[in-house]
Amino acid sequence: MQFPTITSPHTDRPNSVQKAMLWVVLALIPGALAMIWFFGWGILINMVLAIATAIACEALVMKLRDRQVKPVIMDLSAILTAMLFAIAVPPLLPWWLTVIGVAFAILLVKQMYGGLGYNVFNPAMAAYVLLLISYPVQMTSWLPPVMLNENPLTFAQTLGVIFGGALPNGLTWDAVTMATPLDTMRTGLSLNQTVTEISSSPVLGEFGGKGWEIVAGLYLLGGLFMLYKKAITWHIPVSTLAGLAVMAFLFNIIDGDAYPLTSFHIFSGATMLGAFFIATDPVSAPGTRKGQLYYGASIGVLIYIIRTWGGYPDAIAFSVLLMNMAAPTIEFFTRPRTFGHRGAGHD
Amino acid sequence: MSNFYTEDNNQIRKLWKISGGIHVPDNKAQSLTKPAGKAAIPSKIIIPLQQHIGAPNEPLVSVGDRVLKGQMVGSSKAFINAPVHASTSGTVVDIGDHPVPHPSGLPGPCIVIDPDGQEEWTDLPPPMVHYATWDKTDIRERIRQSGIVGMGGASFPTSVKLSPPEGQQDIQQLIINGAECEPFITSDDVLMQEHAERIINGAAIMNYLLDAKECLIAIEDNKPKAIEVMKKAIAATDKLPNAHVIVIPTRYPSGGEKQLIYILTGKEVRQGGIPAQIGVVVQNVSTCAAVADAVLEGKPLISRLVTLTGEGVKEPQNMEVLLGTPVEELVPQVGGYTNKASKLILGGPMMGFSMRSDEIPVGKANNCVLVPSIEEVPSTGNINACIRCLRCVDACPMSLVPQNMYWHIRSSALEKAKHNNLFDCIECGCCSHVCPSRIPLVQFFRSAKAANLQLDRDQAKKERARERAEARNERLEREAAEKKAKMEAKKAAMKKKKEAAEALKKEQEAKEKAAQPETDNKEEAKATSEQKPEQKAAQPETDSKAEPAGSEGQDE
Repeated sequence: MQFPTITSPHTDRPNSVQKAMLWVVLALIPGALAMIWFFGWGILINMVLAIATAIACEALVMKLRDRQVKPVIMDLSAILTAMLFAIAVPPLLPWWLTVIGVAFAILLVKQMYGGLGYNVFNPAMAAYVLLLISYPVQMTSWLPPVMLNENPLTFAQTLGVIFGGALPNGLTWDAVTMATPLDTMRTGLSLNQTVTEISSSPVLGEFGGKGWEIVAGLYLLGGLFMLYKKAITWHIPVSTLAGLAVMAFLFNIIDGDAYPLTSFHIFSGATMLGAFFIATDPVSAPGTRKGQLYYGASIGVLIYIIRTWGGYPDAIAFSVLLMNMAAPTIEFFTRPRTFGHRGAGHD
Repeated sequence: MSNFYTEDNNQIRKLWKISGGIHVPDNKAQSLTKPAGKAAIPSKIIIPLQQHIGAPNEPLVSVGDRVLKGQMVGSSKAFINAPVHASTSGTVVDIGDHPVPHPSGLPGPCIVIDPDGQEEWTDLPPPMVHYATWDKTDIRERIRQSGIVGMGGASFPTSVKLSPPEGQQDIQQLIINGAECEPFITSDDVLMQEHAERIINGAAIMNYLLDAKECLIAIEDNKPKAIEVMKKAIAATDKLPNAHVIVIPTRYPSGGEKQLIYILTGKEVRQGGIPAQIGVVVQNVSTCAAVADAVLEGKPLISRLVTLTGEGVKEPQNMEVLLGTPVEELVPQVGGYTNKASKLILGGPMMGFSMRSDEIPVGKANNCVLVPSIEEVPSTGNINACIRCLRCVDACPMSLVPQNMYWHIRSSALEKAKHNNLFDCIECGCCSHVCPSRIPLVQFFRSAKAANLQLDRDQAKKERARERAEARNERLEREAAEKKAKMEAKKAAMKKKKEAAEALKKEQEAKEKAAQPETDNKEEAKATSEQKPEQKAAQPETDSKAEPAGSEGQDE
């Protein structure tokens, strides 16, 4: 009898890229829903637009490269990139900026390098930084959370703003937008207010910002879910949070008036999203576990440095991109000791 | 790495935890429903001449010869060698290339025997029942002559392993490997359950040969019956007073030699080294039984237990099989193939190799014939790009970075892959198993190893060619220099001659001038023209060979 020959191991493979990505997408959903609740329909509209753009761009490249479109879409990586981008940008971002951002992420940052697995930089964060530098006003116009929002927009009004660029009659941008908690803290500190004084601002909540802290908590939950599902390991999130927490703790101890509490840093801005969903992108992170600890810790420290002394209120994207550049070097210097190397043996 | 503990004779014993490794469904129950059977004498016996790592065997018989059961039919004088024996009596009908159980799938030289069904034994060497009274060299020679090799899959001649080189003879631990960590395989399990005494006898002989401080019998905790039987057998005998049955957690690849040594002793076999360097020798339980048969009964290695399993065979079971029995004659004895049979794998799913045809014979190291269904071993699906998820890094029991080696190999940077310790890869398959992108990493590493070895060979060849060319150039240069030196010597000699001749001429001229001080110019011119023929006449006196040299010298 004749049989086909294949190479070992001859096993039912338990893992797949699609499954890994699916867990990440699912883990992202509770936090994303909370954001829609707190910041309105804009988040949802952006997400749909971003996903559609991402799929279109992937399909375009696959057609140009004469490859099958479906498997590439079905690996869910482009959809995940789009979701992360849509969560990161302000809810009322003009539609063409979302399209430019996602197209940049997929076409230039990802596919130009060869597609999934080959990109040097985190596509969503590279696109975020591109837009932040090029369109600082649009990219920093955040809405207040629902409980502070005096002029909540309806779904139709939101559509009108995103696609038409015009606010509903009688509303100005100043009336619609509000500084984020990180912005408020930053501005306050630059005006020589103490952390305690700033904390009385309505924008700030128990730990971080009102609404924001709930979102952060849900991203933390999502992160724990991914850990449980083994979609990620603890190395990058724990080291990122630890890097940031250690810096925040030290400076808060030195001068509690000038440097906010550790909990503020952990629960504000995109810290949780960054630690669990963005920095954990395996493709652009170092390829050793030890390296990932250095990588995460460095991201955490950089977040603190840029938030505290840099030119931007939040710093996830910059920190991640900077460390993306260092990833290959970190990997090179953190290779584990191979079994049987070193004089090991005689006890 | 963190340690853990196991119970050993009501005492707590420390074990070490290997990094990496994986849990896979062990699929062992299927072939354990029945005790081991005995396979019938097949219609032909195919004995591959090379069933070991080392020097190849030369046939000792010719076509048409009658051979007896246990008769040596192939051997070599080399130290690292294991001869082969006829597993039943019959007539040699062919000596030539046949399919052999080798991953390459290429045919190899075999002796084919047509069995006569008589099972007539050859004259066996005397039993060494009281082996402690025998010289150790004689026992090792008996083991060598009996053709025993590592039966767990490595096929390294056992006699060599039992002869540690000078300076490595202080053996602390003799480890008897009953871990059997590969899924599906149960031949060692069944052997321990049914032939504990043979294993212990063999272990005792090896223990005597090596003078080991302790003998550790390691069994994974998914074989409770074997553990119980072995513990009882150890307690019931005084042959192996330094023996301990050590229960280790089930985790693939705990049964790998390097991994097992580390789990039991915390010692790491050095890169490129052998266990004896760190005072350890590991032997498989089947090898122990074969050693016992050879030493205590004089019987060579001519049969072994083979697990026939998978949804592709009707009644999975272990069989005592005569070596050389073709798989195609073995399968009908366990009910034949089912219509689910999708592949033929020799060995377990993790490290076994799939064969194209079932005409291959069972060899000394073939512990399992796995015929899985497509559900048991589905196709791996599309291969995606590596996303560096590091599952392979976490799973590697050798602490390698498989993804990194893979990227280097993909970009043809074989040297870099080598620097990342490619050659430490034991090809256990853990990385391929866990890869979400379904990249056949082990295959990449295997072929890169082969390519690297080829590179080394090519490099050595180039080096030799370069040395030869350099030696030739050097010789040519040296010869040219010698020639030149010779010529210059000659030139110098000629110059001297010329100078002497000229000096003589001048002297003569001076004399002539002195004799005719008032000669006019005309006469002088005449005189010089007259002297020319003289000069020309002088030239033929010099060596004709020196002429070009002289002209050359003038150019300079």
